[in-house]
Amino acid sequence: MSYLTDTKEGASYLVMGNEAIVRGALEAGVNVASGYPGTPSSEIIESLSTVARERNLYVEWSVNEKVALEVAAAASFSKLRSLCAMKQNGVNVASDFLLHLAGSGTRGGFVLVACDDPGALSSVNEGESRYFARLMEIPLLEPGTFQEAKDMTRWAFELSEELKQIVVVRSVTRMSHASGNITFGKLTDKKRIAEFKFDGLILDPDAGIVISVPVAWKHQQQQEKIKKAQEIFEDSPFNTYEGAENPDLLLVTSSACYLYSKEAIAVLGVEDRVGLLKIGTTWPLPPRLMAKHLSRTDRVMVVEEVLPFLEENLKILAAEKAAEIGIKTFYGKNDGTIPMTEELNPDLVIAALKTVMGIDYNSVPDEYTRAAQSSVVSSAPVREQVFCPGCPHRASFFSIHNALEMDGRKGFVCGDIGCYSMGIGATGFRSIKTLHSMGSGTGIASGFGKLGQFGMNQPILAVCGDSTFYHSVIPALVNAVHNRSNLTLVVLDNNGTAMTGFQPHPGLDCNVLGEAVPPIDIARICEAIGARVEIRDPFELENTRETLNELIEDASGVKVLIMRKACALSPQRKHKKDYTVYVDQDLCWGEKCGCGRFCTRIFGCPGLIWNEAKQKAEIDEVICTGCGVCADICPQGAIKREEAA
Amino acid sequence: MTVKRLFKDPYNIIIAGVGGQGNVMASRMLSNILVHKGYNITIGETFGASQRGGSVMSHIRVSSLSSWSPQMPKGKADVVVTLEPIEAIRVLAGYGNPAVKVLTNTRAIYPAGVIAGNLSYPTFDEIRETLKKLSSRVWFIDATDEAVKLGNSILGNIIMIGALSTVDDLPVGRDDFKEILSRILPAEKMDDNLKAFDLGVAMMKK
Ligand code: SF4
Ligand code: SF4
Repeated sequence: MSYLTDTKEGASYLVMGNEAIVRGALEAGVNVASGYPGTPSSEIIESLSTVARERNLYVEWSVNEKVALEVAAAASFSKLRSLCAMKQNGVNVASDFLLHLAGSGTRGGFVLVACDDPGALSSVNEGESRYFARLMEIPLLEPGTFQEAKDMTRWAFELSEELKQIVVVRSVTRMSHASGNITFGKLTDKKRIAEFKFDGLILDPDAGIVISVPVAWKHQQQQEKIKKAQEIFEDSPFNTYEGAENPDLLLVTSSACYLYSKEAIAVLGVEDRVGLLKIGTTWPLPPRLMAKHLSRTDRVMVVEEVLPFLEENLKILAAEKAAEIGIKTFYGKNDGTIPMTEELNPDLVIAALKTVMGIDYNSVPDEYTRAAQSSVVSSAPVREQVFCPGCPHRASFFSIHNALEMDGRKGFVCGDIGCYSMGIGATGFRSIKTLHSMGSGTGIASGFGKLGQFGMNQPILAVCGDSTFYHSVIPALVNAVHNRSNLTLVVLDNNGTAMTGFQPHPGLDCNVLGEAVPPIDIARICEAIGARVEIRDPFELENTRETLNELIEDASGVKVLIMRKACALSPQRKHKKDYTVYVDQDLCWGEKCGCGRFCTRIFGCPGLIWNEAKQKAEIDEVICTGCGVCADICPQGAIKREEAA
Repeated sequence: MTVKRLFKDPYNIIIAGVGGQGNVMASRMLSNILVHKGYNITIGETFGASQRGGSVMSHIRVSSLSSWSPQMPKGKADVVVTLEPIEAIRVLAGYGNPAVKVLTNTRAIYPAGVIAGNLSYPTFDEIRETLKKLSSRVWFIDATDEAVKLGNSILGNIIMIGALSTVDDLPVGRDDFKEILSRILPAEKMDDNLKAFDLGVAMMKK
């Protein structure tokens, strides 16, 4: 039994923000959950899957976020409670359906958990999902503490059911992936029966067909729901105020920024001069409540991530209420008090408060800071992210790089989203030259592949992972074949969604619940679409390179090379050494061998290290996973592999 | 439950290392013990990069009063534990102060730039001098080497927790550790972990 289903009310556990959200959903009696993996959201579906049997839930990893939202919507239409989880990019993917869903309305409580990644800690953008709430005209909640992450999620289901509208709970990396201890509430045992009613009148929200037409009528209904939410938010316990009745400055904040603000106020010791208003119901803002707090003082500072969403909505409200509350001076993103990019932290809030309040504060003596900074420069060499030891992608990119060099026509790779995005740097021999959203590598390559008539004769490659292939490469591949584009797609099939922690996808024969399911074969799909398909083991370097050169030269259209080898961290390979690998110290000539220290300087697996004193390569057996591929790259044959016992 | 006030509140611990060293596991283990003892804990950690050889760091805020931000303000670490020596220097540049205490594993993991020969890794003497200069106390612990002797290099993180338990009278004893272990590990793995913990404690007494 997972502690997440502890039935003891009032039990206290250390949980990750994402687990707090899960507990909230369980307390609300969620029935169906779906999503697509993406950091920082993945643990939500994962944790729900671990308790699925026990709590009689249906949980799935869907093929992409739009489908995930559609799957969860079906449950809501059947009067069940459902949750859908994704990262910020996913909300973009799901937005097409979301707009129509917001128009048609929902039935059973339906919560969309959107996890944003300010600072792009594990993304290639810092997009915001909060604007979608305004764009789609649906309510938005933002937890400011771990306890709230639980309580708010639970309540979001009630709210959704009351409004018959989907409700968004927005988290950020520092909430989703941070942990704190929270107190559990009661688990509900209410059983629900799924039934989809469609025989009522067309406008009947509970028994009619589910559709966003007649548009004007439905749209008006939608706006009434938003007004009702606003009214409910006026009394929400998730909007809290701490501080003096009439402070010098009112700090308005939401989400994890609440914790940063609280800390900054404590560090500077300005508790009696700065009032702290935490908003949990960020869209739509409740006007009477806001007016009440804005009346406390004339100076207002807004602290939030990333864009000035709260700030701008607050300003509109202040303008509308100006006659009643007076003219305010605002500090925040728009005037540069708070940075407009990247995530915040207590120090950035301290810096902003220092400026606005005219306080002098220095956490560490300058001398210490100087000494510490210069030590980093002199003694702590930068640690670039690299592919793991034994990672199949290093070998794949090695072959791609070599094939392109050998071809000599300045070919390049259109990158995609996954571990292999790192192929943009040294670890992938700098092969990737474009990188955008899931599936875009193939779509962009499809475009490049049509530029022959304008004189382009550079070979076009795209890469994608296995999970990405199902998520959104298939339509791009269809496009490329149908439009006779000329490209080579390399599918880096490492048998799972490695980047986010190894979630199953449609290529596997087992789902998130551990049940047997039919695997969908990538090679057969590609063949059915009409591409030429080859399959290789990326650890067979020479063979792979030759095949790649042949495919690149074949100008007949779309070629697909599937490089198939499980991720080094996958359950099949982790902690299992295929080979014992060592460097024969007599055979290794180091710099003198003419290979330019191929192993350590070029191939760069972290398991291979360079012994400066001996001027020879060595294997670090703590790091080496025993994949054995490096034995093939040493021109001296100094790297030896022996079948592990 | 009445909870003993720590000598500072919040008491700030940083556990850092390189992805794949069991950093996250160590911070969870330690924090679970402290929660079990009745403290409010907030852990801030960055994964994502954790599988791929980058620097990783967990901030653990321990308080008997309330919860704090998952990101610690600059210069506020009370104790820094690192599973790799140069990571200690990196952490101090952000969160160190003249009073900070440092425990570091001695086993180096070379950054890719060092392996390639574009950057250089400092000598052990340089690291020792730098850390001494930037802290009030520093302990060097051969955690990985000892863990390899125990048969599993990953136990280095448990050795470090054992070592940490002796600093600043942290309320983290062997029994607490055992209690938390028994909740998460199968019985056959308990012995090695307890051995590792004891080894860490013993290495600090030397
Ligand atoms: S997680 Fe797997 S796929 Fe990703 S870098 Fe590591 S070995 Fe490669
Ligand atoms: S065998 Fe070679 S390539 Fe494979 S993990 Fe070990 S050092 Fe790296």
